[in-house]
Amino acid sequence: MKRSSPEPSDHDESPDVPGFRTWRGVYLFVFGWFVLVVVLLAIFSRVFA
Amino acid sequence: MNLTDWVVLLGTMLGIAAYGTWRTRHTDNLNTYLKGNHNTGWVTIGLSVMATQASTITYLSLPGQAYENGIAFIQNYFGLPLALIIVCVAFLPIYRKLGVYTAYEYLGKRFDAKTRLLGAALFLLQRGLQAGITIYAPAIILSTVLGWRLDLTIIFTGLLVIVYTVTGGSAAVNLTQKWQMAVIFGGMLTAFVVLLSKLPADATHIAGAMGKLQAVDFTPDLKRRYTLWSGLLGGLFLSLSYFGTDQSQVQRYIGGAALREGRLGLMFNAVFKIPMQFSIVMLGALLFVFYQFQPDTPVFFNQTEWQRHAQGPQASAFRAIEQKHAALHADKQEKIRAWVAARDHGEATAETAARTAMVEAQKASDAIRQEARAALRAVDPKAKIKDSDYVFITFILTQLPHGVIGLLIAVMFASALSSKAGELNALGTTSTIDLWRHFRPLAAHDEPRNVRNAKWFTALWGVFAIGFALFVSFAENLIEALNIVASIFYPALLGVFVVAFFLKKVGGSAVFWAAVAAQVLVLALFFLGKVYPAHEIGYLWLNPIGCAACVIFSLALQAVIRTKGPPVGHVASVA
Repeated sequence: MKRSSPEPSDHDESPDVPGFRTWRGVYLFVFGWFVLVVVLLAIFSRVFA
Repeated sequence: MNLTDWVVLLGTMLGIAAYGTWRTRHTDNLNTYLKGNHNTGWVTIGLSVMATQASTITYLSLPGQAYENGIAFIQNYFGLPLALIIVCVAFLPIYRKLGVYTAYEYLGKRFDAKTRLLGAALFLLQRGLQAGITIYAPAIILSTVLGWRLDLTIIFTGLLVIVYTVTGGSAAVNLTQKWQMAVIFGGMLTAFVVLLSKLPADATHIAGAMGKLQAVDFTPDLKRRYTLWSGLLGGLFLSLSYFGTDQSQVQRYIGGAALREGRLGLMFNAVFKIPMQFSIVMLGALLFVFYQFQPDTPVFFNQTEWQRHAQGPQASAFRAIEQKHAALHADKQEKIRAWVAARDHGEATAETAARTAMVEAQKASDAIRQEARAALRAVDPKAKIKDSDYVFITFILTQLPHGVIGLLIAVMFASALSSKAGELNALGTTSTIDLWRHFRPLAAHDEPRNVRNAKWFTALWGVFAIGFALFVSFAENLIEALNIVASIFYPALLGVFVVAFFLKKVGGSAVFWAAVAAQVLVLALFFLGKVYPAHEIGYLWLNPIGCAACVIFSLALQAVIRTKGPPVGHVASVA
């Protein structure tokens, strides 16, 4: 049976965004940003508690 | 509101609506009408996604919620960036490659007609209900504080959005949402700057010491409504349902010039959504500090409701509550100043004692606010005793200069129109593509007729929403009401999509009955929680539970009935 999800190579294509060579890189950047935001919010809670 | 405010308000609202209608007046191509212009870029898509999600309730209720309970609500959005990455990786490429108009069309290709109809029906049911709430919510608050007639406010807002959404479809929605977001950003930023200029230097520390800045709660407690865990897991499933399977969002990003535009539009939201929501809840927490130093802070922010009863036979009891509140408020102010002084002097023992006194004063103040609500309920069992939605609008009307007041009221209407337009557009599209075309397959290739029908369905849903808002009274806590409705109807729908994307051996019959069973389970859990409050779980948990139930039931049913779905290769060959 064939896969109904996209081929992995989709995410290795260039997103045409300066600084990123693949979509995978874009997703990793967004994920990293999300982790940073949550960590900063946790620190914020601790500092102002 | 004076003349300047009216000019700003009407100029902004009517101007954007007229511009959107005029620019898209010749939209008669089905693809453009349902998916927007083919050259739409990622900025427009990103703003459109953001505008559809953030309704007036976000800008009116969220600051009030933070004023009352602190900024913990921000955790509700923790699952959103993760969900958007998953949508970009798994959902969006398939929607684009299949060239579908709706997410439920994909279910028809992957499973069968009945699963597609079930998906479309669940969407129409929950989004139709929410459409009524999104039009009612701003109208009830604005009409109460501004003295406007509620019915006329609902009708005016509803008709305005119907005009340009019916005329230009998705193209008009995208175009107007971009400008409406510009008004919203400008207005909220102005309000924030004005508020900051009125705050004492230690405002953030005061808010923190009074328990308003607990953004992240690590407590592993299922009964707590907002924790890191419920936000990550429940929020992930809620966001995945919303962005991946709700046509009002799917429609915003499946159009555009290329796959890249949709992906970048979603990533734009993944990056900016939490900071944007954080600024809104911080606005509420800082409003709390602002009102600690205002001599005339009301005991109950919905002054229209309060005065209506305070002038009745129980006037003396209401006056007594007001006087008690004023005395406690002044006492609390002294204690806050004492804490700030102790903190500035670096006296640890004195600071601890002052903080305890300050927190006790806040508890006394909360108690008198509860007493005020009880007094309202005692004289009128139907009285609206939730006043947090009125905190920000009270600040707008009493503290901002004229012109800016008009701009902020325009923010409220712009957000109502933008989210409403996205909803109507999706409801009209789903009704046309998944219902009408399904029952009239021969008419599928008659493009002008399809566009005409999409316009009619959009208008009908608009009229339905207006009627619903006019005749139904909603829950007082509006932003939670929206999320609760979504958490009841989304999980089974998401389960169907998860099975569609990731469990290729499960066929249509298994997933259909599994979704029905999962929906019944979610409804049972929700209502059992209402009957037995001691066992009620936070509503965000309904999302992973319902979705997991649908997936597990699908696998079990598939194993038992051995039903084969239509060949998956049909989809795979396109994808």
